[in-house]
Amino acid sequence: MSDTIVDENFKAPEPERVGEERGSFTRIAQELVFTVDHKKLGLMYIGSGLLFFVVAGLMATMMRMQLAFPNGKLLEPDVFNRLFTMHGTAMVFLVGMPIIFGFANYLIPLMIGTRDMAFPRLNAFGFWVFFFSGLLLYFSYLAGPGLYAAGSAPDVGWFAYSPLTAKAFSRGHSTDYWTLSLLMGGIGSIATAINIIVTTLCLRCKGMTLGRLPLFVWMFLVVAFLVIIAMPPLSACQIMLILDRYLDAKFFDTQAGGSAVLWQHFFWIFGHPEVYILMLPGFAVASEVIPVFSRKPIFGYPIMVAATLMIAFISLSVWAHHMFTVGMTSLGNTFFAISTMIIAIPTGIKIFNWLGTMYGGKIRFDLPMIFCIGFLFQFLIAGLTGVMLSVAPFDWQLSDSYFVVAHFHYVLIGGLLYTIFAGIYYWYPKAFGRMPSKKLGHWHFWLFTIGFHLTFGPQHIAGILGMPRRIFTYEEGRGWEVWNLLSSIGVLIQIPGILCFVINLIYSYFKGKKSGDDPWDAWTLEWSTTSPPPEYNFANLPEVKSRRPLWDLKHPEDPDWKFE
Amino acid sequence: MRRITDIFQPLSRPAVMISEAAYVVLIICAGIFVVVTGLLVFIVIKFRRPARDDGREPPQIYGSTNIELAWTVIPILITVVLVLVTSRTIGEIQDMKMPENALKVRVVGHQWWWEIHYPDLGIVTANEVHIPVSNRDPAKATPTHVVLQSADVIHSFWVPQLAGKTDVVPNKTNDTWLDPYEPGVYFGNCAEYCGTQHANMLLRVIVHTPEGFEKWVASQKTPPAAPQTAQEIKGHQLFYGYSCMNCHTVDGSVAEGVFGPNLTKLTTRQTIGAGVAELNDKTLWAWVDDPQKLKVGCLMPDMQLLDPEVDAIVAYLKTLK
Amino acid sequence: MSAEHLHAGEPAHMINDPSGTGSPWRLPSQRKAGMICLIVTESALFTIFVVAYLFYMGRSLNGPYPGEVLEFPWLGSIALFSSSATIFLAEIMLRRVNRFGFLLWWGLTIALGAYFIYFTGTEWMHLIYGKNLTISTNVFGSTFYALVGLHLSHVFIGLFLLSTVWLLTLLGKIPQDHHEHIEMVSWYWHFVDAIWLVVVTVVYFISVRY
Repeated sequence: MSDTIVDENFKAPEPERVGEERGSFTRIAQELVFTVDHKKLGLMYIGSGLLFFVVAGLMATMMRMQLAFPNGKLLEPDVFNRLFTMHGTAMVFLVGMPIIFGFANYLIPLMIGTRDMAFPRLNAFGFWVFFFSGLLLYFSYLAGPGLYAAGSAPDVGWFAYSPLTAKAFSRGHSTDYWTLSLLMGGIGSIATAINIIVTTLCLRCKGMTLGRLPLFVWMFLVVAFLVIIAMPPLSACQIMLILDRYLDAKFFDTQAGGSAVLWQHFFWIFGHPEVYILMLPGFAVASEVIPVFSRKPIFGYPIMVAATLMIAFISLSVWAHHMFTVGMTSLGNTFFAISTMIIAIPTGIKIFNWLGTMYGGKIRFDLPMIFCIGFLFQFLIAGLTGVMLSVAPFDWQLSDSYFVVAHFHYVLIGGLLYTIFAGIYYWYPKAFGRMPSKKLGHWHFWLFTIGFHLTFGPQHIAGILGMPRRIFTYEEGRGWEVWNLLSSIGVLIQIPGILCFVINLIYSYFKGKKSGDDPWDAWTLEWSTTSPPPEYNFANLPEVKSRRPLWDLKHPEDPDWKFE
Repeated sequence: MRRITDIFQPLSRPAVMISEAAYVVLIICAGIFVVVTGLLVFIVIKFRRPARDDGREPPQIYGSTNIELAWTVIPILITVVLVLVTSRTIGEIQDMKMPENALKVRVVGHQWWWEIHYPDLGIVTANEVHIPVSNRDPAKATPTHVVLQSADVIHSFWVPQLAGKTDVVPNKTNDTWLDPYEPGVYFGNCAEYCGTQHANMLLRVIVHTPEGFEKWVASQKTPPAAPQTAQEIKGHQLFYGYSCMNCHTVDGSVAEGVFGPNLTKLTTRQTIGAGVAELNDKTLWAWVDDPQKLKVGCLMPDMQLLDPEVDAIVAYLKTLK
Repeated sequence: MSAEHLHAGEPAHMINDPSGTGSPWRLPSQRKAGMICLIVTESALFTIFVVAYLFYMGRSLNGPYPGEVLEFPWLGSIALFSSSATIFLAEIMLRRVNRFGFLLWWGLTIALGAYFIYFTGTEWMHLIYGKNLTISTNVFGSTFYALVGLHLSHVFIGLFLLSTVWLLTLLGKIPQDHHEHIEMVSWYWHFVDAIWLVVVTVVYFISVRY
């Protein structure tokens, strides 16, 4: 294998302060369209992800309003069914994925001390493919009979179990929008994932051995591997579905001997690793934020890496725990129950390691840290309800009930979204050179946390009381009324929380306190360059001797590399 | 009316076994929750940065093999316990041997209603499963064997107080069993999203005393009386004149459609439209007039009947008892 | 748990100074890493189609069945497998800076690939018009055309890449330092060949028993 040698003679131009001269609108637009810069693409990923987040969040609000009282009459059944399908699909593929890719794009080159991703044009390609796949999905609302009948938005649920997606049961083109959009988005994700792997392996700065990679980068490396292994099954089953719908193939045609369960297997072979594709970036952010704000290095770095690898590996063999009720043999059910329980072990180790990092530290409660503490608490709950669901007999009662809805919202909001907020607050000064407002941030945290628990806590109970998911209405007398009402009120508290967040982002961009290059007194390479970083990131490519190069720099009397 | 679907008020053997396993898991999880949350709160309070900080960094600790080992082994031990509980309960419920003479019910899921067959009794009905009560004593139990099939998409059979859910999958025959301890009406739903009216695909299981069940079987087997009044006879003619019989069956007549529920004993049922409303004169009239008003998107079309025609057909349908 | 204690636990000789060793900082090649990733992800894609094919073996409700209509594609397979050898020879020529030899062997690879496509085309014509097996006939038809067709589409892509390289070389537009680019095209072609080995085994050896 031939090797490349990092160019050491790179002469950097004088660093210019981006942001002081902002240019005209057309100039900015032109730059956004043509850019291949990893930082701009990263921000575009996060920005469009947040945009889709607001849209999909409003959809959820409409559903909660419908369910606030029994026999709700606000929405037609089909409108409701389209809402939850679009909400789920958008939140996973148009919000979760792009935001995590945005973080990866923006931060990995900075953290490993290089100037861009390995394939900058592929990077831009990945972004635009994702962006247009999102537009394609949402265009379905305008297509068909138009807005009046909610267009022909897909109404088959985000995992679109066959044969509900067959031509016979899903007429028109609603399912086609769904399947084509996901196929397209999958291509973009794979392109970006390959880029992340190659960047991490081939562009590390001098001294950045794998053992010294920031945990953030390690986890994204694992995530990218999961993407390239788990995305193709999704693409494969989308291709089969398209063949079924357009060429009358028989993959999922139960009348012709096709199997309805096969789709579920293929989908969840993608779908469960996908959960970890979304969750590991959350862990990645927490593993950067918690040490810095506890003023201690991460506890048990090698174990954290090992646990990440273990989670990724096991996550490929647990998919059928989504299918305990589908009529597998008792042996199959037992196998997938056990493998699912085993995955709780490395996850538990991670939580303990974060606690171990905080133990004995001097914890600073800045915005990123309070969101990470919220994450730890909520992810603990999510993990424990996950353990309950892994007990197959218990799952026969809980699966497809509101308990599951509550569980995965604790995972994805309580876990992932909180770390995304933490990450945004943490790296906001790096990206824009200004500090986010602490006051607005606190309002955001408390409103959103109260609203979040009020929305999703009661859903556990509704599920235990037998409320199935994906119902547009429910009859009186099941004992679900009060829990649904609480849940809907919770949404109304979350909304001002999110509003504070959005206002904070905009306000601080113009009026925030100037942050300087390293406002948090952190230790990874991205804080060694200016805020915002120049186009070429580093005037001189750095060289590292330990996992915390900036610690070494700030504490020459007690450098890390003595202890690694 | 209070309709209990609480999984922690089980009244049937499989549901009781599940809730017993569930309590074990709940207690373990609650224990973990208390310990870890306590730890988190303790750490956050104890190790917050003091108000008057000297600005020095705390001792830098990189890890400890012993501590790591401890918090790896403890979760492993807990997992072992969970694995034992789980695999035992899976085996007990899933591999239960049905007695030879167990009552067999075949439930077929449709968009959006349940077709219910008693192959050994020759009864076909819809949306309400009638079964005899069993016994808390396993030796005296008379469980009911439920065979599940689907005519179109995937549904899921779920009556929380009686058993966990089992999916109803086209081109795949699943089964489950019910073993109720007490007579009564038990409520359930379709639990797998199956299209527009998934929410209104409700299900009732009516558990009779053994004598009550005998009586129900006998009544279901008695053919309905022929229409008597002029109104009923007119309704009867309209029923066969319009295309009702393409989709509905009335035993002993030329109406042999299988796309909709069997109507032979229609008025012995509690609800209409798979639980979308209680069955009474008003709802029956509304349904015949325009099912799309009661249950938007259901597969029975609005037949564009005139009011007098609806009156007559309702009068005829009311003889189906 | 004190810092001193834990620090003492770490061996002092672990102190590491990468610049002190004097050796340059070497990293793997981007192109190779990227191509390996692409091959991994493509393999995952093929795996699903192979699994679908195996899963549906013997589950068709109506004929034609594999055993009745499939004939082993000797000529096509020989062509494709030998193209792996010719591209290997082309690479040797490339390393020897023998432009003519490179164009010859590389061109032969293209010809063999093109013959494979032609061969499969006639096979499909025969199956569709002679044996009435289409993608919508039964689950065998669906999985067969999907799996073989997916592979075929990769042969098409490979052929496009090979032809581009050949033409650019003919026109002298490929600089000397682009050897690795060309090597990557050959990696891809070897991968397409390897997949055919799997497809041929599954479709023409195993499934013809059903």
